[in-house]
Amino acid sequence: MDKLVFFVAGATILLGAGFVVISRNPIHAALSLVATLFGVAVLFVEQQAHFLAAVQVIVYAGAIVVLFLFVIMLLGVDRDEDIARDPLIGQRPLALVAGGIVLFEVLVLAGAQWASGARSVTGPLSGETSNVEKLARAIFTRYLLPFEATSVLLVIAVIGAVVLARRSDPLSSGEVRAPDAEEAAAAQ
Amino acid sequence: MSVPGAWYLTLAAMLFTIGAIGVLVRRNVLVMFMCIELMLNAVNLTFVTFARMLDDIGGQVVVFFVLVVAAAEVVVGLGIIVAIFRRRTQATADDISLLKG
Repeated sequence: MDKLVFFVAGATILLGAGFVVISRNPIHAALSLVATLFGVAVLFVEQQAHFLAAVQVIVYAGAIVVLFLFVIMLLGVDRDEDIARDPLIGQRPLALVAGGIVLFEVLVLAGAQWASGARSVTGPLSGETSNVEKLARAIFTRYLLPFEATSVLLVIAVIGAVVLARRSDPLSSGEVRAPDAEEAAAAQ
Repeated sequence: MSVPGAWYLTLAAMLFTIGAIGVLVRRNVLVMFMCIELMLNAVNLTFVTFARMLDDIGGQVVVFFVLVVAAAEVVVGLGIIVAIFRRRTQATADDISLLKG
């Protein structure tokens, strides 16, 4: 039964990832990405990472893919692109060769001994308590400082996104911005 | 632990490879960005698998932080993409060459 779940989820992951790469339309790519993310969430559940599976569905499939779709619609780039055109001759065969080398290298480096090294002292995964409780205990005791640092990171990301996406007002900052914009238009 | 951990790690390596090939092959910046997400997910799957194989919650904690950083990265990255698209209509990775000498 576990193997059946693994193979179905694995096929979903690989097919979704393949369609992300080969689909012409960015919207189809985003929807294939959802399939891959759901497959990964299923494999998280298979390995007793219940909290992470829920977060994977909510944050990735819920928020990030919706953000992607929102940007695609906002920019109006939801049309098929010509992927038959290859501006750099020989780039695709080289990319496939490089990808094959990456896969080969990872598998060789991992070798037969997949998991080695000493156990850390963070805490055991198996035990009586639930996965959420164990994860929370690790995050809020041993990893409290990194956890607080992520809140700073999120605030920086929000401020950065607002600054980047804000339409610069020509009246308030026109003196500085206007020549810059004209230059860019002339360059085009 | 009926399914061997090595199978999960092989699957994650394949997913990472597909993402890497996507970044190399595609020219649409949005699709390249999605391929980066594929690679992040492959690494997350590896971490969760090692957490199970070594019986250690630490791997899952790392995945938690990777998820937070990925969310922040997507927000900033899409902001940059929107800013680029505002100046020009066609923005493949080849068109963004202002720094080219």
